[in-house]
Amino acid sequence: MAARVRRAMRDGMNRQRFSRALRAAPFLGPQSLFLALFVVIPIGLVTTYAFMTRGRFGGVSPEFSLENFTRLLEPVYLNVLFNSIGVAALTTALALVLGYPTAYLIARLPTRWRTVALLMVLLPFWTNFLIRTYAWILLFNNAGWLNQGLEALGWIDGPMNLLYSQPAVVVGLLYMYLPLMILPLYSSIERIDPELEEAATNLGSRPFRVFRTVILPMSVPGMLIGCVFVFVPSMGNFVIPELLGGGKMLLVGNLVRDAFLKARDWPFGASLALVLTIFLVVLLALQSRASKRITEGSPDA
Amino acid sequence: MLFRRSKLRVAAATAIAAVAALGLGACSAGDSGGAALDPDADLTKQSLVVGIWSDYYPEDLAERFEAKTGIPMTIVNHATNEEIVAKIMASGDSGIDVAFMSGQYAQALGEQGVLQELDKSFIPNEANLYPEAKELAYDPGNKVSLPYAWGTTGLCYRSDLIDFTPDSWNDLLNPKPELEGKTTMLATERWMTLPAQKLLGFSANSTSADELAQVRAQLEKTKPTLLAFDDTTFYQKLITGEAVLTEAWDGWCNYGVAEDPNIKFVIPKEGSDLWTDTMTVLKSSKNKEAAMTFLNFILEPDVHSWVVENILYNVPNRAANELVDPQMAVDFPSLAITPAELSEQEGLIDVGDFSTEYSRLVTEIQAG
Amino acid sequence: MRRPKLLAVPFWATYIFLYVPIIVVVIMSFNASSNLFVWKGFSLDWYGVLAKDSAVLEGLRNTLIVAGGATVLATVLGTLMAVGIHRYTRGGLIRAYATAPALLPDLLLGIGLLSLFSLLQMSLGLHTVLISHAVFASAFVTAIVLARLANVDPTLEEASQDLGMGAGRTFVRITIPQLAPGIVAGALLAFTLSLDEFVIAYFTAAPQTPTLPIVIYSMVRFGVTPEINALATLLLVVSMTVVIAAQRLTRITEAI
Repeated sequence: MAARVRRAMRDGMNRQRFSRALRAAPFLGPQSLFLALFVVIPIGLVTTYAFMTRGRFGGVSPEFSLENFTRLLEPVYLNVLFNSIGVAALTTALALVLGYPTAYLIARLPTRWRTVALLMVLLPFWTNFLIRTYAWILLFNNAGWLNQGLEALGWIDGPMNLLYSQPAVVVGLLYMYLPLMILPLYSSIERIDPELEEAATNLGSRPFRVFRTVILPMSVPGMLIGCVFVFVPSMGNFVIPELLGGGKMLLVGNLVRDAFLKARDWPFGASLALVLTIFLVVLLALQSRASKRITEGSPDA
Repeated sequence: MLFRRSKLRVAAATAIAAVAALGLGACSAGDSGGAALDPDADLTKQSLVVGIWSDYYPEDLAERFEAKTGIPMTIVNHATNEEIVAKIMASGDSGIDVAFMSGQYAQALGEQGVLQELDKSFIPNEANLYPEAKELAYDPGNKVSLPYAWGTTGLCYRSDLIDFTPDSWNDLLNPKPELEGKTTMLATERWMTLPAQKLLGFSANSTSADELAQVRAQLEKTKPTLLAFDDTTFYQKLITGEAVLTEAWDGWCNYGVAEDPNIKFVIPKEGSDLWTDTMTVLKSSKNKEAAMTFLNFILEPDVHSWVVENILYNVPNRAANELVDPQMAVDFPSLAITPAELSEQEGLIDVGDFSTEYSRLVTEIQAG
Repeated sequence: MRRPKLLAVPFWATYIFLYVPIIVVVIMSFNASSNLFVWKGFSLDWYGVLAKDSAVLEGLRNTLIVAGGATVLATVLGTLMAVGIHRYTRGGLIRAYATAPALLPDLLLGIGLLSLFSLLQMSLGLHTVLISHAVFASAFVTAIVLARLANVDPTLEEASQDLGMGAGRTFVRITIPQLAPGIVAGALLAFTLSLDEFVIAYFTAAPQTPTLPIVIYSMVRFGVTPEINALATLLLVVSMTVVIAAQRLTRITEAI
């Protein structure tokens, strides 16, 4: 008896679940399929190609091989990898130094100005990124505006070689991704109740102590997101090293592009892209663990 | 501006490197030898698809060809050798009848049995070519290809900003202190290695690992003295004075010369390369007679001279060159380079599997 | 509260850093000289050159086709997905699945899609760029509409169905109007993202039909001319207008 009731209930639930799924299908179905076809399969392909060998005239020949990954361990490519990490880390650090105070001050502006200030951070970000990179060619060129300005001020005698160097690439990347640091920082700082700060100050804490004990811990999640958002695309960018680095420097992104479009060595390019993606996933995972620990540990979370 | 700037050339790194579809495991067309061509075929029943670099031909080419021969033709552009080769190798029949590609690629595809042997009875205009253009290293006797444009690589420099006349690859590779940070080199594989190979007395087609190691040592020494590696804008750097001495393709140097007559071109005394862009007919073509007729049409003097007048490259066609205003060779000295001088340079050929060694070297130098 | 004045230094440095390059480009777009580094007086010549540049105009046309198509596709798919997730699931995995493409490195998506298209022997063209852009744009639409759904009153829909309106009519008459600001914001974002997207288009476009960013890329690579300044200025005006319009419409900054 009881068993029959249970079965009847289960059948009913199954039927209910089925009709629910039927109603959900027109909403969830199309996009799920679309993403399966154009995201899941492509990533699957890249992953598969990474373990195959290169065809005679480019393309992929379906023979399993780990060669692409052992190649990654060769000094040249390790060098590129370390270089990329270095450049990306420097860019991220600079973005934090500039971005944190900016985000903090924006969050504490009166509402009216806050919107304006935020929009002004967003605006360059929505300008064509090639043009933003090109602007630095105008500025950094030997005959460019920065050199002209410095010379007019009498700070330098002859033109400095600013373009086609590692610093030029870092500046270009920083310019590109700075808003990606400011926005998440802003959004986490903005949520911190200003009264909390005031309370701490009224209780006699010095500004730096307030910052260290109240603001900094609570803004860590936004800070970590910002760091991932700046770090990962910096490693994968191939346009800035090309335009501002004068071809004297390669980042991982350049290797992927060249492997796919110049050397036609798709499997190797795929393995590089995979490594880049693993970087992203690992960093995001670390970020989410770290910020979970912080929010759980903080008093008012 | 005097000329239409041809933005895309040869194996030079390119604007859009989008790649044609390429299946798993390219299959080469069966080597059936190719049926003999029919001299009496009704050409008006045929039609042509021609794959050619963008901006590398007169805009009204298709109309002119059809008006003259009654053969309708379609042009598909490609940006790089790699792209057209990929397209051809992707399937048994790419639909393309005539393909333009650099000599060493024609050589490789010829060896794969993908190209149709040319039937010279359709191409009487081959007689317009210089004798030197019939014995090119990648395809002696022009069996599977005909040259479209040719040239060499040398030093393109600002004569007013350098107080000596450069004449050696050494001036570029081991620059005087005052030139440091003011020189550029090409970044495309065979041309990045060319100056060091010639300076060290090696072949530009070297397949010796030991020679390449010495080339690498030289390039590692040279890199810190360079302003940049630059395939595409070196002539602009010369115009602005950012660079004073650059490694350059002859035709591209002319783009600088056009803006500033102080810009000069010289073939270094150690010698250089001879590159050739060619026309080929695919074995898979179903319109071979029309394709041969098209090759013949290009070699017409008034058609072929367009290349000289508009993109400032040398063509291996005597009759075409005779139509060109002699003043051009004065304005653009590289156009005055004679076929004899050109053929003294070493013809670039395919180095087969060793080409991966070149790619690796280039990556290592750029990354290092 | 007293805030250290020191903080104002990096604050202003950020804005100077962000705007100096843009201002230089805008000013130089009105330069009469063809030399990028010498000011020779005011002129609109470069805008004239730009208006006659067939490569730029064609790139613009291609970009508008791609961005328009991708926006429609992404908005429809992304909105349906968001409503579906909100109504029929507890979020979780499927939510991550639907929004993850917004986070994927563009390089990975670019080469992945190129690999897929070539495996399917699809010839590259505007359609392949359009699909590729719709992929990441739809993820943004889903995220924005989901955020909007959190503030929508579910009782309205229930009431409508109680009153005998069918599910379809309820969706069109009740749900969509309530979501409209989110959908519009999503569509605007999709459009501007596609308009500016370079990396994925670079891998999935055919050489014959480059989008505007690809045209700009080759312009910059093959020689910088003041024409680019003029183009940059115009694009700046367009994106400024769109951003401000979007802000007016939807208060994007509050969603951050």
